[in-house]
Amino acid sequence: MFDGITPQLLFGQLLIGFINGSFYAMLAMGLAIIFGLMRVVNFAHGAQYMLGAFVAWLLLNIFGVPYWGALFIAPVVVAAFGLVMERLILKPIANLDHLYSLLITYAATLVIEGLIRQRYGSTGLPYSSPLPGGVNLGFMFMPWYRLWVVLFSAVTCLGTWLLIEHTKLGAYLRAANQAPEIVESFGINVPRMVTLTYAFGVGLAGLSGVLAAPIYQVSPSMGSTLMITIFAVVVIGGMGSIVGAIVTGYVLGILEGLTKVFYPEGANLVIFFIMLVVLIFRPGVQLNGKGN
Amino acid sequence: MRIALVLTGIALSLAAPFFVYPVLLMTILCFVIFAASFNLLLGYAGLLCFGQAMFLGLSAYMTGLMLKTTGMSIELAILASALISAALGAFVGFVAVRRSGIQFAMITFAFAQFVYFLLLQSEFTGGEDGMQGIPRSNLFGIFDISDSMTFYYFVLAATLLVILLVYRIVHSPFGEILQAIRDNEVRVESLGFRPERFKILAMTISAGLAGLAGGLKATVFGFATLTDVSWTVSGEVILMTLLGGLGTLSGPMVGAGIIIVMNDELAQFGEWALIAQGIILILVILFMRRGVVGEAGALIRRIRSRKAN
Repeated sequence: MFDGITPQLLFGQLLIGFINGSFYAMLAMGLAIIFGLMRVVNFAHGAQYMLGAFVAWLLLNIFGVPYWGALFIAPVVVAAFGLVMERLILKPIANLDHLYSLLITYAATLVIEGLIRQRYGSTGLPYSSPLPGGVNLGFMFMPWYRLWVVLFSAVTCLGTWLLIEHTKLGAYLRAANQAPEIVESFGINVPRMVTLTYAFGVGLAGLSGVLAAPIYQVSPSMGSTLMITIFAVVVIGGMGSIVGAIVTGYVLGILEGLTKVFYPEGANLVIFFIMLVVLIFRPGVQLNGKGN
Repeated sequence: MRIALVLTGIALSLAAPFFVYPVLLMTILCFVIFAASFNLLLGYAGLLCFGQAMFLGLSAYMTGLMLKTTGMSIELAILASALISAALGAFVGFVAVRRSGIQFAMITFAFAQFVYFLLLQSEFTGGEDGMQGIPRSNLFGIFDISDSMTFYYFVLAATLLVILLVYRIVHSPFGEILQAIRDNEVRVESLGFRPERFKILAMTISAGLAGLAGGLKATVFGFATLTDVSWTVSGEVILMTLLGGLGTLSGPMVGAGIIIVMNDELAQFGEWALIAQGIILILVILFMRRGVVGEAGALIRRIRSRKAN
């Protein structure tokens, strides 16, 4: 079984797993932040990630803004979009059963993806790498851009975690998660914080989309295919836990890569199986706090 | 009043194929069954299965496989496939009831994608091309139902039976317990019932009914495709149920009718059918959560109470 596994194959797949894991971690982290404060499972996260990639593509091809500019502009544009979405469709149903917010973000996904597909077709659009070439490490070839993605997303995850766990703003956020009424009584505008938190999570999805554009094709369905995995990651990692989301994202990405080396047929299923095992053997983990 | 409505409905559906294209009518009927199966879960048991299409699609492929490779009569093939879907539903239920609410939805969603992937990879399904040329074998082995007109009445009979069955389930002690679980699970447990068992049974029945819809759909069109298993169809059935009226018996029928006709009308405009579905779902959730039937009922009650005053 282990014959024919060259270091190139092993490390190559490990790198792909690490890259995928970076995206799982960033997206699951955004979902966890949004869920933590709002108890909203943001189904549109995948569509917003796709929007990030599309905005980057449009910036490059229409306005001539290169990748490095898009890396800052696109997340802001997508976050602004998230802001509008929260005001228009999430705020009015904030007090209803949380299933409705899942369904309404699903509906928004249909609209966003449908409009993009109607305008740009379902085939992928190419986005050339801003960092061509790479370095030969002896045991494998490391493209510069992939190295950049691994480092940048790790810094983003770490930065977000520090922001939420070790700043005053993060403390407000965590407090509002536990007891919104008390936080409000201290004079903090919780509804505005909710809106901004949603926009921040959506912006993270947009940022991941820009990062992904040169690696994957920019296509309308790039987000929804990823959402399936992200849902599994979030269920395994525990919903609303930021550290859980980040760690699970990386671990599952790498496990998926390793499965591709040792048992290629199972690579697409491994995350699903891990979810099954976790559910069957750790069924008692339930959500705490309000609603589930 | 109610009996008159039911009788008019039956009379209309008997006469309908003389005025409307029978295949469109049969599509509506299949989705009426499908939406009824979903409504049983979300409307009465409060369980959001975000992957109902897996039961529809699996059964469609199974029916196709049986009809293509064996000489089974059509009703046996469809029933056997519905049982396979029910078994899948029992397993999904067994795993998914360990989490409730929104996580239940996410787990069923992941399950459905897993089934989608398996069917995509399997050889017998024809992968991306789908399974073509599914024959309609004789009903009970003797009656020829290859003609669309005759087949319509077979599908109609099956639909009426399902509606009757759902009515019986909802008004049985079992149905009462499901609704009690939906409203207050802890209290049901404190009364000595085990909610998990009832939820798994509800999943099984619902999956079986969705499977019945899938088997019928495969024989109506003569093919089964991956679309039947996709999350757009899982979403479509949610939309039908919410639009028609969650937790009402006639709501899913109305919703299925509206959405299928709309899809049919918008089919030539590319993506607009899906975009319209998304917009309608947003509007229904924001402004009309009781659905068409629920809002109409509320309106009638308001007029009546005004008259009484």
